[in-house]
Amino acid sequence: MDVTGTRAITVDNLLKRYGDFEAVKGVSFEVGQGEVFGFLGPNGAGKSTTINMLCTLTRPTSGRAEVAGHDVVSARDDVRRNIGLVFQDPTLDGYLTALQNLRLHAELYGVESALVLPRAKQVLQMVGLWDRRDGVVQTFSGGMRRRLEIARGLMHSPRVLFLDEPTIGLDPQTRRSIWTYIRELQEREQITIFMTTHYMDEAEWCDRIAIMDAGQIVALDAPETLKAGVGTDRVTIQTDDNEAAIAALAADFGVEARIVEGHVTFGVAGGETFVPRLFSEFSVPVTGVSVSRPTLDDVFMSYTGSTIRDAEEDPAKARNRTMMRMMGGARR
Amino acid sequence: MSREHRLSGPEPMVITASASVAPAGGPSTTTSLAGGGPAPTPPAEPIEVVRVHVPQRSARSEYRAVKIVWRRELVRFVNDRMRIVTSLVQPFLFLFVLGSGLQQLSAAGTHGVDLKTFIYPGILCMTVMFTAMFSAASIVWDREFGFLREMMVAPVRRSSIVIGKALGGATVATVQGLIVLCLAWAVHIPYSLGLIFGVVGIQVLLAFAITSFGIMVAIRIKQMQSFMGVMQMVVMPMYFISGALFPARGLPTWLTVLNRIDPLAYAVDPMRRLVFSHLQISAAARRVLDPGLSWWGWRMPAILEVAVIAVLGAVMLAIAVAEFSATE
Ligand SMILES: Nc1ncnc2c1ncn2[C@@H]1O[C@H](COP(=O)(O)OP(=O)(O)OP(=O)(O)O)[C@@H](O)[C@H]1O
Ligand SMILES: [Mg+2]
Repeated sequence: MDVTGTRAITVDNLLKRYGDFEAVKGVSFEVGQGEVFGFLGPNGAGKSTTINMLCTLTRPTSGRAEVAGHDVVSARDDVRRNIGLVFQDPTLDGYLTALQNLRLHAELYGVESALVLPRAKQVLQMVGLWDRRDGVVQTFSGGMRRRLEIARGLMHSPRVLFLDEPTIGLDPQTRRSIWTYIRELQEREQITIFMTTHYMDEAEWCDRIAIMDAGQIVALDAPETLKAGVGTDRVTIQTDDNEAAIAALAADFGVEARIVEGHVTFGVAGGETFVPRLFSEFSVPVTGVSVSRPTLDDVFMSYTGSTIRDAEEDPAKARNRTMMRMMGGARR
Repeated sequence: MSREHRLSGPEPMVITASASVAPAGGPSTTTSLAGGGPAPTPPAEPIEVVRVHVPQRSARSEYRAVKIVWRRELVRFVNDRMRIVTSLVQPFLFLFVLGSGLQQLSAAGTHGVDLKTFIYPGILCMTVMFTAMFSAASIVWDREFGFLREMMVAPVRRSSIVIGKALGGATVATVQGLIVLCLAWAVHIPYSLGLIFGVVGIQVLLAFAITSFGIMVAIRIKQMQSFMGVMQMVVMPMYFISGALFPARGLPTWLTVLNRIDPLAYAVDPMRRLVFSHLQISAAARRVLDPGLSWWGWRMPAILEVAVIAVLGAVMLAIAVAEFSATE
């Protein structure tokens, strides 16, 4: 695994303008060979636009990008031969069977005829669809289609695989299995994976992530490093008087709290030891409290000052949390 | 780390994968995520990775692209039995219902020739036309269902995709035309090799031209409903004006003018000429029913008419290719 060696993707000041609107505001980054690189951001951040520029579907307004050693504008075909794509919106032919979809892809990419079936078998087995190879895609579930699209993206042994929200709209179980495939495949085929998501917990699967907001990259590092950079646990308390609580927190403990979604929230180092102190010394009655390790939400929050909307309704997020909930002032 | 080792099993492999690349320090969340809960479908036994290679663009790769796009159109047509049937309804209605019904009125004017026989060449053209039109709509569907993107990012020329589509549509339309050709006996037209080859030849050309036209329109118009609307608005009048259902002679001046500039007339006329050349009918009937297209008294030779269709088809295909290549 050579993360430091040659670059699979080099992006330099890439900018895309639609009319007066800058969808991507001059981003720069590099992705190493064999890396799983994630683009994280809320709706409309410019993730898809960036992917589309990298995979030659959209022309950059300015800036440069190289994928697999080829320029995305001047060497379009060379880029295309070396990349696999899974778009945000489905692009399968629903009237054809799984295998027919793969064959069609192989023909379009000029894959040697003798290798089409063995390769199709391999990628279908990898995503667990070999038994359903003769099923018409229309009869597939959303998760199966997604897996088939991933298999198709791999059909021609790309060096870089782009996945635009590969798990959107799937249940947590399927999402996780898709991530298992992605990691496995990255291991097995030694390819670089560039993906976008707006599920915070999914970003944990990436080697490095770039947090994108309003067309700009606001942070870029390994998820662990980003979280460590936040440095504090997140404590959320419920009180009857939030304003008083915030004032008291500042006065008694010197922490700066704010109200997020109706609850007083603040960051402290060592949340577990802070809470007992809070209970013994705090002047405002507390009706509930929760402490969580820094998540990418906190990272996102610390860089952008807002939460990522979608993460809220995400049940999988709960797994990342160490929850201590003492409702209604009950004692331990 | 050898490949064998890494492929030893799904579960440890995932963990190895994350551990080896995750930054040092702290238990990785990835590990715990992968470890908990039921294991995802395990992949098959460790197999050597089948690596394929995408060659540089070449004439051969373009040929394969054209061929697969063409084949896809055929597969979809064969799978869609409803479409095969529905696109035959209209020609049958015109030929047998309209043809039989109006026969009583027209008997005096057709010099003893069955009206069905007279409009049959027009019906041959009609079948091809409507099927070709629907085939061209597939590009709108493909856009709507996203599949167009899959083709757009492939390392092949856009022209290969358009040509594959045009050939596919043309083939499908010709097959439909052949079905109607089988009805010749029902309208008193004797079969001969010359007739069959001639009719098929004109059908292929017409199908190709109409499909190209349809694709040209489809690239611009992105909604199915508007596409169908535009096609109806353009193709129906063209069909009526072409003289498929009446002889292009002794018409009011405005209609004559429209008829002469209607491209479809140049497909209907040679078709009728061909069919009528295989009929034993009186000279008077021939004069009335198969007057041909003439410009200031000069009757255009069939070969020239066919050439008009071919050239128009080629031009529209070229426009379609240019448009398609320019889209992002
Ligand atoms: N073809 C286009 N014309 C005009 N504006 C566009 C176009 N494509 C994207 N945009 C705008 O660019 C911005 C970024 O869009 P983009 O699709 O890249 O977002 P995203 O990060 O992928 O969001 P999502 O999570 O919703 O997929 C949006 O505000 C969008 O409206
Ligand atoms: Mg997007």
